[in-house]
Amino acid sequence: MIETVAEIPRPRSALPAFDSNVPLIPADSVAGRALVVVVAIMTFLACLTAGAALLVAKASQEWRSDVLREVTIQVKPLTNDDVETLVAKAVTVASRAPGVANAQPYSKSDSERLLEPWLGAGLDLSLLPIPRIVVVHMKESSAENLAGLRAALAHDVPEASLDDHRIWAARLGAMATAIVALAAALFALVIVALATAIGFATRGAMAGSKEIVEILHFVGASDAFIAKEFQAHFRRLGFRGALVGVSASFAFFLAASALSSWWANSPGGEEIAAMFGAFYLDSVGYVAMAVVGAAVSLLTGYLSRSIVLKDLQKLQ
Amino acid sequence: MIPLLEFENVGLRYGIGPEVVRDLNFSIAPRSFQFLTGPSGAGKTTLLRLMLLSLRPSRGTIRIFGQNSAELRKDELTGLRRRIGMVFQDFRLLDHLTTYENVALPLRAMGRAEETYRAEVIELLKWVGLGDRMAASPTILSGGEKQRAAIARALIVRPELLLADEPTGNVDPGLARRLLRLFVELHRLGTAVVIATHDLHLMDQFSFARRLVVGDGRVTIYDGVS
Repeated sequence: MIETVAEIPRPRSALPAFDSNVPLIPADSVAGRALVVVVAIMTFLACLTAGAALLVAKASQEWRSDVLREVTIQVKPLTNDDVETLVAKAVTVASRAPGVANAQPYSKSDSERLLEPWLGAGLDLSLLPIPRIVVVHMKESSAENLAGLRAALAHDVPEASLDDHRIWAARLGAMATAIVALAAALFALVIVALATAIGFATRGAMAGSKEIVEILHFVGASDAFIAKEFQAHFRRLGFRGALVGVSASFAFFLAASALSSWWANSPGGEEIAAMFGAFYLDSVGYVAMAVVGAAVSLLTGYLSRSIVLKDLQKLQ
Repeated sequence: MIPLLEFENVGLRYGIGPEVVRDLNFSIAPRSFQFLTGPSGAGKTTLLRLMLLSLRPSRGTIRIFGQNSAELRKDELTGLRRRIGMVFQDFRLLDHLTTYENVALPLRAMGRAEETYRAEVIELLKWVGLGDRMAASPTILSGGEKQRAAIARALIVRPELLLADEPTGNVDPGLARRLLRLFVELHRLGTAVVIATHDLHLMDQFSFARRLVVGDGRVTIYDGVS
């Protein structure tokens, strides 16, 4: 029978080695490359937003604990009191109180320097009842420790009052929570934009594969088989894009961390450090970005699966 | 003997347009050989698509291997379609796969491992005269070679019914005759064959074949000369 069908002689070649795992969808196409670029850019943006949200969340946590760890004792002497004795007494009481790391009194000259911007230099403030301040650093801020310190001061130095910056800390906390919520909302928006962009790009990349779907369908492939092939292919494309995006964001945060330590002493460096900390993202941040990348890869595969299954519904 | 395909009062319309085929009543018996003919645009391809169940009739009943197609689930339909081989007019080979991979596609789609079908595919490719073109991409195959690759892909699952849409439309008369002889050989091996063609001269050379003539949306049947 061979002779009857193929009468035209052809050069003989060695039997080739066949790859049974050759992808049924072309590995490389213009639409596929475009999808990789879209996924890479969107993943990079999502990772930047996630990283920034984590940095701000961590920095705000630090602001709050810094503020809460520092309390101030105000010593308001009455006319005949020896203010230096009262301050020394307050320092002793504070130093003995549980949970206190140290108590640092502001000297008379320190207090005068604090008031200098308002009252001017060269004034004799000894006649004025200027309160003196003792800055107390707590090892850890707890309500019991503060209550104990307040009670001890009330008992031993009634002229002293304790300011634990609670109102200021509450306002700062509210602001920090708002900033973190804003960052989280931005991240959610970027994720929605990412899913939409990937959906469009996947649909575009799949438009050229309609014939492959039909051929597979008519040679007897089940819907599950076709969907699995497409899902695997697009998951691979998504992985390539996500890998580029995640790697770029890793590089960005590592470079930002190195730069921030370099400009820490420059003008404006302190403000940036206060807002974002030292731009140092811990391992949780990098894991979060890797999770974003993995989710993007899975999402791309899942979207292609749902698109191909929808297309197959139209085929009898 | 249960017919492989049975059409009862089948009609098909696209959307709200007129019926493109109507009142179709015929059956395809096992081990039969027939030409589906008629002028261009008469509905031969539509009829083949109805036989492949890639189109759902607007009315009437199509029984496939004894089962009413309207009552079949999609997975059941996929299972039955594996018993039918289809040779498309435009070949529909995947250009990024080799000839071997194209021919092996239906077996791979059935989930079979490559080592279980490798010898089978190579043997069939040799049988259709593509033994030396196994690693070639369809893009560099000639029209006749593509046609034979498409035929081999339809045959690899040893179908009970082979549908071929203008399989000789893209080849010279000599190769057309040789391809036809390949179909006749398949028929002798037990496969029912339906070949859509408008080449009257070619059909005359195989006078034993039944003819389903499509015209004016209807099918007229002429039995072959034994």
